[in-house]
Amino acid sequence: MAYLGNPPDTQKDMLAELGLTRHSELFRSIPESLRFKGDLNLPPAETEMDLVRHVRTLAKRNRPAGDTVSFLGGGVYDHFIPSAIDALTSRGEFLTCYTPYQAEASQGTLQILWEYQTMIAELTGMELANASLYDGASAVAEAAMMAAAVTRRRKVIVSQTLHPESLACLKTYLINTDLEPVTVPWKNGAADMETIAGLLDDETACVIAQTPNFFGVIEPMEKLSEMAHAIGALLVVSVDPISLGLLASPGEYEADIVVGEGQSLGLPMNMGGPSLGFLATRKKFARQIPGRLVGRTVDHHGKACFCLTLQTREQHIRREKATSNICTNEGLMTVRAMLYLSLVGAAGLKEVARLCAAKAHYLAEGLSQIKGFGVRYAAPFFKEFVLECDQDADRVLARVAKHGILGGVPMARFYPQMSNRLLVAVTEKRTRAELDAFIAAVSQ
Amino acid sequence: MPEPLIFDKSQPGQRAVEFPPSDVPNAGPVLPENLLRRKPPRLPEVAERSVVRHLTILSRENFSVDTNFYPLGSCTMKYNPRVNEQLSGLPEFTGLHPYQFDEDCQGTLAILWQLQEMLKEITGLPGVSLQPAAGAHGELTAMLMFAAWFRDRGERRTTILVPDSAHGTNPASAAIAGFKIVQVRSNEHGLIDLDDLRSKLDASVADMMLTCPNTLGLFETDVGEVAKLLHGVGAKLYIDGANLNAILGVTRPGDWGADALHINTHKTLSTPHGGGGPGAGPIAVAADLVPFLPVPRIERGETGVFHLVDTGHPKSIGRVRAFLGQTGVLLRAYCYLRRLGARGVRETAENAVLNARYLQSRCPKDFATPYAGDCMHEFVLSGTPLKKAFGVRTLDVAKRLIDRGIHPPTVYFPLIVDEAMMIEPTETERRRTLDWFADVLAEIVAEAKADADQLHDAPHTTSISRADEVRAARDLDLRYTWDEAK
Repeated sequence: MAYLGNPPDTQKDMLAELGLTRHSELFRSIPESLRFKGDLNLPPAETEMDLVRHVRTLAKRNRPAGDTVSFLGGGVYDHFIPSAIDALTSRGEFLTCYTPYQAEASQGTLQILWEYQTMIAELTGMELANASLYDGASAVAEAAMMAAAVTRRRKVIVSQTLHPESLACLKTYLINTDLEPVTVPWKNGAADMETIAGLLDDETACVIAQTPNFFGVIEPMEKLSEMAHAIGALLVVSVDPISLGLLASPGEYEADIVVGEGQSLGLPMNMGGPSLGFLATRKKFARQIPGRLVGRTVDHHGKACFCLTLQTREQHIRREKATSNICTNEGLMTVRAMLYLSLVGAAGLKEVARLCAAKAHYLAEGLSQIKGFGVRYAAPFFKEFVLECDQDADRVLARVAKHGILGGVPMARFYPQMSNRLLVAVTEKRTRAELDAFIAAVSQ
Repeated sequence: MPEPLIFDKSQPGQRAVEFPPSDVPNAGPVLPENLLRRKPPRLPEVAERSVVRHLTILSRENFSVDTNFYPLGSCTMKYNPRVNEQLSGLPEFTGLHPYQFDEDCQGTLAILWQLQEMLKEITGLPGVSLQPAAGAHGELTAMLMFAAWFRDRGERRTTILVPDSAHGTNPASAAIAGFKIVQVRSNEHGLIDLDDLRSKLDASVADMMLTCPNTLGLFETDVGEVAKLLHGVGAKLYIDGANLNAILGVTRPGDWGADALHINTHKTLSTPHGGGGPGAGPIAVAADLVPFLPVPRIERGETGVFHLVDTGHPKSIGRVRAFLGQTGVLLRAYCYLRRLGARGVRETAENAVLNARYLQSRCPKDFATPYAGDCMHEFVLSGTPLKKAFGVRTLDVAKRLIDRGIHPPTVYFPLIVDEAMMIEPTETERRRTLDWFADVLAEIVAEAKADADQLHDAPHTTSISRADEVRAARDLDLRYTWDEAK
């Protein structure tokens, strides 16, 4: 009887008022031949007490990175989450409300979304941002479709320096569109500018790159931006939001559409979801943006307030001509990101970015001192780097695991030929003692 | 605005969170100057206290399931159990990284695998993917799978059939998957017009996307025939599972001949709506579509160990997002189904329908009932009689409900009903709440008779009156600009 509003006696009364005696009569309109006979074969109902015991037992079969010394990255990171975020986002008024279609009943959520939009725009140096997409990977796909809509061109040049799962997602999304994705292999762990230059033409809707890229390498985007714009194409860039506490904002190099994964902004790792895709762009592209937009306006007495706006772009109005099919997005996750950015502020974000960079470089330096180990790419990196080993990466991981250390993501997971490489990420949570222990464990 | 903007609460030098100083000896800056940001982002400078007050005050401006009756049709605003929050929030779950080895994730993988099995049983279909992040995402995934299925057979199908009562995501998802949309009419009973369907069936049709129960809250009694007709031309039947709450344990789309469907966990499976997400849109598919499911797959080995597998599925459409899916959301759905069990699942559907049918019988007859059939978990009324008699529109009724502390039902959807109001109470509401809602509607009708203007200007009791949405679209103001800083 879990969660029913009415006990059996009340249900009986209600049935009687409808002239019915049994619940099954409610389903008269369903043809008998389609009715399921008997009970579904599902595990038996558990009381809350039993459920808690059972799920806590299952939980113990996890060995979460969050409880170890973890150097796992690749799009999801073990950053510090200020406690106020959980406290505030567990409030029922935020947790259990719906999409703010009725503005007068949703000013709380609407104002927070508008503030979030502002913060993402500020962070990326762009004019405006939307109220979220599902995740960083699908946001890349949405950005490609948006660029095509803006330029009315079909070719999408994408650097293979993007996260492989973003590349895969883009491929899946675009396969039945008339968009033509062209993937350009990396060169020395960075975007291959010569090849991209050769491919750019007046059929190109956009060039898509990532910085820091999947290998952790920071890629200056000015040249790519110039090249794309010279031919009337857009620059789409996928970024790590934490990096923007320190690194050049995409607005500074005239990016047109900025996307990324916002998990680092106060979301738990949660095995990759729920996630948070963000998108920021130029004001002149507002009408081609996918996803929701919150606007500030006034009520009928002239009082400032907020509401969803430019809804004619969206599926519930524009249907097959909508800028995207997205409806439910990442609502509560945007509240988390807004809270993170408010709690750490620009000063805190810069500190986090500095700590990540400093610790990552300290670790890289220490590991490079070990015979047979070195950072694969010489270019500047932010908080991640590819560690090249003179042995199987799995052997290294096994060795450091004995010390309770998750040494990194084996690159072979994405590129099978890279069996001797690890993607190593360092966040502000890693202490010098942990870094030294990692170095010591590797050198054994 | 009841609460200042957080930017206007900033005080230079103020901050909430600090970090320990660096404990590593980096001499000088580690990054070249030319890579660095020239100007810092203008984020709030506030203490934690200000942030907490800001959010707490703003929370009071929201209607929510916890605080208000929320009969939004097709959204299934049922109660969100707190044990789901507690369990999905355990650090053993939240602390997992998506790229940990499978052997370190056996708890989560066991739960997700079992959730897959439960969804197979509920839907009557043998293949499941938990990857899509929302219902629309699930629709897109399925449409991409259909396209791949046809391509695999050397066929090229270009059209998807969609009822005129369909949710907007249906045609939008179909379009991204590369299909042209052809609309099929609803008949005078509010059900799919089979003759119209037959006239539009040809070898160019890939599938039909059908919501069942449909967006009028009616069970498509001919759904078996629809499946046969589609299969007869080699096309497929997709079920939009948004209204699954009405039929859990009572009937299964797989048994109707459906080839694929999506489930909205934030509707049917009680995961919280969160102000527009995060949700999840797992899909269930027929046997011949299984090879095309996204990767990675969650599989169980012979020894009972669970694995994430992305090789060995060459026909997979690939992926529609990074990582595994909305894992934290799916954990909540699992907890919900374990609490319910088989009988609880069926009782959910029985009471969802009972509450809706009962409420429909109690609603004032001043609203028209455009379609006469037995409603399932929701029903649609039309405010046209009030418009004609008093110049009061459904929009005005909706805004007046806000004054009475009730979140409005879904309005102006489906498109085939004039001045539509779609009401879905869900099974978690008490009879007294339903009686009260019906009484309030009757009172609003009386107000319409007495003084229509009061309704035109509603709401009156919220902190803001009706928002000027026209102005919001015309004078785009999508972010704070520091020119306005006080």
